[in-house]
Amino acid sequence: MLGLGADRLRADMNRLLAFLFHQGVLDEQFLQLQQLQDESSPNFVSEVVNIYFHESEKLLRNLRGLVLEREFSDYKRMGIHLNQLIGSSSSIGAKRLTNICVAFRAASDQNNPTACLRALELLEHDYCYLKNKLHEFFQIEQQRVMAAGVRYPIQN
Amino acid sequence: MTVEEIRGRLGGETDRFPVGMRVLAVDDDPTCLILLDGLLRKCQYQVTSTSQAKTALRMLRENQNRFDLVISDVHMPDMDGFKLLEHVGLEMDLPVIMLSANSDPKLVMKGITHGACDYLVKPVRIEELRNIWQHVIRRKKCEAKHESKSTTKGKNRHGNGEGEQGPSPTDNMDQNGKTNRKRKDDEEEEDGEENGSENEDTGTQKKPRVVWSIELHRKFVAAVNQLGIEKAVPKRVLDLMNVEGLTRENVASHLQKYRLYLKRISSVATQQANMVAALGGTDSSYMRSLSSLDGFGDFRTLAGQGRYPNPALSSYQTGGIFGRLNSPAGVSLHSLSSSALIQPSHAHNLSNSLNTLGKFQPVVLPEKQNTSSFQRIPTSLEFDSPGDPTIFTSVGNASLFADNRAPLGISSNSLPSASINPLILQGNLQQMQSGGVFGNQSSLKVGSLNSEPFNTGVAVQISRFSSNSLLSSEPFNHDLLPPNSMRSINSFSGPHIRNNPDDFSSMSAISSHMEDARGEIQCQTGLVGDVRNMNQAMDKRWGEHNQAYVQNPNMVFNTLNSMAPTKGVVDLLSQSVDQNNGVFRRETNTSLVSQSNSSASTLLQHSGVEKSAIDSKMRSGEDYILEQTKTQGGFVHNGYDSLDELMNSMIKRV
Repeated sequence: MLGLGADRLRADMNRLLAFLFHQGVLDEQFLQLQQLQDESSPNFVSEVVNIYFHESEKLLRNLRGLVLEREFSDYKRMGIHLNQLIGSSSSIGAKRLTNICVAFRAASDQNNPTACLRALELLEHDYCYLKNKLHEFFQIEQQRVMAAGVRYPIQN
Repeated sequence: MTVEEIRGRLGGETDRFPVGMRVLAVDDDPTCLILLDGLLRKCQYQVTSTSQAKTALRMLRENQNRFDLVISDVHMPDMDGFKLLEHVGLEMDLPVIMLSANSDPKLVMKGITHGACDYLVKPVRIEELRNIWQHVIRRKKCEAKHESKSTTKGKNRHGNGEGEQGPSPTDNMDQNGKTNRKRKDDEEEEDGEENGSENEDTGTQKKPRVVWSIELHRKFVAAVNQLGIEKAVPKRVLDLMNVEGLTRENVASHLQKYRLYLKRISSVATQQANMVAALGGTDSSYMRSLSSLDGFGDFRTLAGQGRYPNPALSSYQTGGIFGRLNSPAGVSLHSLSSSALIQPSHAHNLSNSLNTLGKFQPVVLPEKQNTSSFQRIPTSLEFDSPGDPTIFTSVGNASLFADNRAPLGISSNSLPSASINPLILQGNLQQMQSGGVFGNQSSLKVGSLNSEPFNTGVAVQISRFSSNSLLSSEPFNHDLLPPNSMRSINSFSGPHIRNNPDDFSSMSAISSHMEDARGEIQCQTGLVGDVRNMNQAMDKRWGEHNQAYVQNPNMVFNTLNSMAPTKGVVDLLSQSVDQNNGVFRRETNTSLVSQSNSSASTLLQHSGVEKSAIDSKMRSGEDYILEQTKTQGGFVHNGYDSLDELMNSMIKRV
């Protein structure tokens, strides 16, 4: 019976992923990430994603600081931060976030403060959503691993 | 040159290339870096990753042969990716792939002009990474092709338009590979499917490529010297050169590279000077000898004598080698590595004909404008032709044998005394086998030595060698061998020897020496292990050449002894010697033993192995040795199963 739990949890994970794919939040790059996870690196995906979260939060804080500056003018720095955010988001497959960043970068290139602010808000909102969903995903994963580890006692 | 051959020259697990290809990944974004690292590992490459461009550059400079390919992000906080690209291009002849989240065509163009061989856009997919090995192969192939082209051809290419590039990208490659590298990259880039049309179609008009042939570069250097390096402005240089079809822009970019090069040289030169000073007296004589690049002629004479008195050796000039290095491979004195070694970019294309060697000497020097720094350049053994190998032992320290064939880069830093072991060994053997062995054909990638543990090993041991001892065959006088003065002969010759296995049977002592040389070369990679190999090589030879070369083996051993600071070596040698050569004099052994220095635990271990090897004649003994080295672990090229591969890998690494 316990074994079934693991299967059910795996089904839950897949459903969640499918949902995120459907929404356009994630794309197949995330699958590539999953493929890199194996016995030698069993927690690869969660490691990478956690690093991503950590770095992204720093970048988002910087961006917010730049956008909300009284004299909002450091587009160059913003461009640099955005570049990095685009790179890392696309690398882990966060498609929607990447798209928002691209739009943000375009607004920044055009030196448009309003558009930048709007883009920033959208970015922060979407980032929170992604983070919650991925945390949920990893939680299910953890449970699944634990459930799969349970074995029936073997009768001789 | 087939892909297999190229493959054979590459380092790492050559037989399974691209598996094991050594990649250096640089990206300041930790997410991307860890992902890239994972993807590359999935492709079964050997990955080293760093988030600092400066660290990457340092790693590259330390060991020129440590990596096959570099992948770098464009936007990095500590150093611009393009700048890193330039550095890598100038200093080490490695393919560089740019990586960026930005697919702006302007950036891509910038990457191309700076010499990147590919430009990937994030997110990077594993399929793209599976194909990056093509850049490594392509470069090798181009270099190989390039080496076979003569200077005149290079000159013909001068000023050729784009039309040339499509059909024969390599044709545009010039001996001056260093300066042309960017162009070569561009051409390679053009060949790449992704970029092929891009280059042609991009708005900017392409000017006809200028090929900086040796002659052209010589003129350039002459002009710059005339004006004074400080005062040299492109316009005036252009006027002085008086070459048709050359534009001010061409001169300007070449001048810029040249200046960078000089800066690098001068810093290296000071390092070398320090090293030389540290090495002691022999160095001065060596340096003297280095100054006169006429090593080739000297060698012949030396070889003829059948023995190489020290003074004669001292006349060996590294400069000569330097020139040699450049010639066959197309004098592309690729920018010296930080260790100030000259690194012929096409070293691996050792061509047996050393004809061009002489010619290049003058070219080499002026280019470098820093003869002194070349002192370190190991004198490469030259072979006029396969049939008439002349072995030169360089008395000087870092004279690394620059075999063209075996581009064992001799890093000046690491080889204060990179004497050419094989040279010494071969001293007697005039008939060195097809010159490849000692060849100094351009492959002497002196530059890369530093980074190679290979070289380092040699360097350490070289100081112990007394070149004299090895040289003299008949009057071999063990007592004369000053253990510490001997410069170890790089085992570069080893690989060369290998190249002509058939010759072995015909050669008598020479082959044995060569074998030794080879062994020595191998020794260099891993100190002890190499020595072991050498012993083995020597052993093998002994069986074949007992009579005439009683002393030679001794000498060889002597060399080995001094080279390998392991007593075990000596013991091993003695054993081998005894085994093989009844004629071998015991006292020789003892003297050898007394001269050997150090603890050779490893050697002892292998003595058993050696013994078995001793009996075998030259068989594809290189395999054996190679295998041994493999077990040694000290040898970097574990994957070789033939000396050719070893050499190739060495070449490649360089």
